[in-house]
Amino acid sequence: MNYVAHTKEDIQQMLSAIGAKSIEELFKDIPASLRAKSFNLPPAKSEFAVTQALSRLADKNATGLVNFVGAGFYDHFIPAAVDALSSRSEFYTAYTPYQPECSQGWLQAIYEYQSLICELTGLDVSNASLYDGGTALFEAMMMALRHTGRNKVILDSGINLIYRTMLYTYSSNLSIEFVEIPVVHGQSSREELYKYLDERTAAVIFQNPNFFGAVDDHSDMVEKVHQCGALAIASVYPVSLGILKTPGEMGFDIATGEGQSLGIPLSFGGPYLGFMAARTALARQMPGRIVGATVDSDGKRGFVLTLQTREQHIRREKATSNICSNEALCALRAAIFVSLLGRQGLIELAEHNYQKAEFAKETLSRIPGVQVKRSSPTFNEFTILLPRHANEVVHRMIEKGFACGFPLGRFYKGMDNYLLIAVTEKRTKEEIRRLADSLEAVL
Amino acid sequence: MIQIPLIFEQHKQGCRGFTYGPLDVPAAKSLDSKYCRAADARIPCLSELSVVRHYTNLSRLNFSVDTNFYPLGSCTMKYNPKFTERVAALEGFAQLHPLLPQLAGGGMLAQGSLEVLYETEKLLCEITGMDAFTLQPLAGAHGELTGVMLIAAYHKDKGSRRKYIIVPDSSHGTNPSSAAIAGYQVKVIPTGSDGYMDLEAYKKALDSEVAAVMLTCPDTLGIFNPQIKQIADLAHAAGALMYYDGANLNALLGKARPGDLGFDVVHINLHKTFATPHGGGGPGAGPVGVNKELIEFLPISRVIRRSDATFALDYNHPKSIGYIAPFYGNFGVILKAYAYILALGKEGLIQAAEIAVLNANYCQARLKKYYELPFEKTCMHECVFSASRQVKNGVHALDIAKYLIDQGYHPPTIYFPLIVKEALMIEPTETESKETLDAFIETMIRIAGLAEKEPSAVTASPVHMPIKRLDEVRAARQPDLRWKFQE
Repeated sequence: MNYVAHTKEDIQQMLSAIGAKSIEELFKDIPASLRAKSFNLPPAKSEFAVTQALSRLADKNATGLVNFVGAGFYDHFIPAAVDALSSRSEFYTAYTPYQPECSQGWLQAIYEYQSLICELTGLDVSNASLYDGGTALFEAMMMALRHTGRNKVILDSGINLIYRTMLYTYSSNLSIEFVEIPVVHGQSSREELYKYLDERTAAVIFQNPNFFGAVDDHSDMVEKVHQCGALAIASVYPVSLGILKTPGEMGFDIATGEGQSLGIPLSFGGPYLGFMAARTALARQMPGRIVGATVDSDGKRGFVLTLQTREQHIRREKATSNICSNEALCALRAAIFVSLLGRQGLIELAEHNYQKAEFAKETLSRIPGVQVKRSSPTFNEFTILLPRHANEVVHRMIEKGFACGFPLGRFYKGMDNYLLIAVTEKRTKEEIRRLADSLEAVL
Repeated sequence: MIQIPLIFEQHKQGCRGFTYGPLDVPAAKSLDSKYCRAADARIPCLSELSVVRHYTNLSRLNFSVDTNFYPLGSCTMKYNPKFTERVAALEGFAQLHPLLPQLAGGGMLAQGSLEVLYETEKLLCEITGMDAFTLQPLAGAHGELTGVMLIAAYHKDKGSRRKYIIVPDSSHGTNPSSAAIAGYQVKVIPTGSDGYMDLEAYKKALDSEVAAVMLTCPDTLGIFNPQIKQIADLAHAAGALMYYDGANLNALLGKARPGDLGFDVVHINLHKTFATPHGGGGPGAGPVGVNKELIEFLPISRVIRRSDATFALDYNHPKSIGYIAPFYGNFGVILKAYAYILALGKEGLIQAAEIAVLNANYCQARLKKYYELPFEKTCMHECVFSASRQVKNGVHALDIAKYLIDQGYHPPTIYFPLIVKEALMIEPTETESKETLDAFIETMIRIAGLAEKEPSAVTASPVHMPIKRLDEVRAARQPDLRWKFQE
């Protein structure tokens, strides 16, 4: 199947309009010596055959496990309306809304998305999306470097290791001095931060809840960061913002995060959604597309891509970022998800996550030999200490039908016996009890 | 046409669009208020139907491939087959947590997805003539950044410090921008009067401080540069690497391969060449291919096939640049591209390139009497005109674009490449029929006539859309980037 509509007659007529004898003649600028040396691909298959082959592969994946793995990427329920609306091909087969008159639907949807992200994070401005939570964090860091003209960055080690590793990768040819401050009893160490915070610091970056699930109020630290003239950046989990103190309330300058939890399927790692919000003063440092409201020649409200003099298609090597394609369709899903839930739904979602995780803590703490870490409050994810290597436990639990958590030893030295457990609104009381029973049996 | 109120303007306190039902666990003590937000997020409250109607009506204000001809040059807006959407939505793919194969004992939990990644990499290697791919880059520009970082790692490993990346003045803005973000300075080479990169200027710019040359091929004028091999040989002789911007790969499928042309690093836009939907701006995917010399620097993890025919993640690459994405790329997008490649097969892909080039040349041949063609050559998948003749009567490329919108066409890319004044860059793609092209061409001819006889009919457009031309200066000078609450 090739989705081409041309008949032989069409091709002949078109060639004669061009004045060419054959299609091959149109490729005459490619010298014979530069022609493809090989193009050994399989023959065409029918839609049915491809669908069947790929369905067979889908069945090889284990999606039937009861999932308590989170680690930044969460198994939340997605209302059917999110799929139905984002499947409208007037949305998904369009591209970047360069021409506002025939893209008002997209532009208004992005303007609403930006507004919803501002409202969730308690900040002033947002953009039309970035690739994922990790690249969004990198962009935020770069904003701080440009804004302050400094090059030292302090990272809290409660930031997802995946994101810290991404920051290091992207910075390998840039002169950035990184300092990592440890997490003590699950929380950011004030003492360590103040040891390193100085007038050379461009940015201090935190994650809330942090990788261990712990919730903090960073207001005191953010104040000290500002006293040094540095920017404070938070990587946040949007579902938690239904109840948690916002980055805006804590004084953060920029908030970023992974928006997957807002109605986007886990889909083995992507496509996801990087979101960003910032103070008004930083708007012109932001990366990527931004939609603004304006009026047309009759004075009617309309929406356009704006502040484009930041962007690569105009500023080239001086642009704030090289991003062109973003994750608009995922941003649309997030906007639809949040709109469906509404004020109450969002609080309910956050409450259910918090309460179920608390119930799981309570239930698991009754297992002999299991210690639930309670030094910090948590949102929907928490750490337990096992009497043996978490890897062994995780392995045996898979055999019992559970993805029971993420072994922290994979990312943190000396934490081989620790397991990070996420409990979303999808996990039932019965599943949590079965998790506890199975865990007790394998220990 | 009526305007659609913002979702915030439709807020009605007490309305619910979704509920989670009663909590099935006993309620514990609430979180200490010092960790909680002082006021609820002011998210609008609407019924499910109101939300559905809102977004459905918004969708109807967009032009899209499924509703309109969309010859947006450089973006390859070909038809996106529906069955790939269904495949990507299969529960086994859509609900798979990316960390499962990284768990102890989880090696067998994601075999289907790992096989998709492994096989897609193999197919892309054959299509481009490269030796290995990373599928992790999340978009074309992200692929460029990854590619430039690979180039930097390669030179660093050789102990050489090179400062510059060469780009032609016809390049996509992302090329110099990606180079700069990766820490390089940019040297720009002008385009000669023949439409090709100025070879003398290029030779002058090439020295031992140049890390790489970034080229689009066919270039952004839609032209295949027959000197490409010479350009590559010169770069290699100077110790620089050749980077291939794959935006225009659709023209070359089965005809020529970047690897054979002398390119060392290649990115592909799956959302262009391999028909995955553009999603109103994304998600795309920008896999990066390399030749043997650069494999060791590719991002981790890499997918390998074991001798027992199972698949695994491999992290043992000490020279790898590290993580450029959290996991394995935009898996859902990669999966759709894989399905598309399997469906078309060898012959289908070759025919895609052939008909794409035929369609572009047909548009060029029929329109060149009416519009200035700055470089008269056989074009590849797109043709670039200039509205310079129409400008004499006060009709600019922008006006032509707006008139086309009124006629139900998404306009071509305008004002790019930057080296063509008043550029109109038309990329019809292979999935558009002769009838569609004929109707579009007639419209373009009509516009050329109007520009001479009644220019105001063009410059006043659009008049049939829900809004007229927008005040973009006001949008930039008085930014209104979010809904402001009256409460």
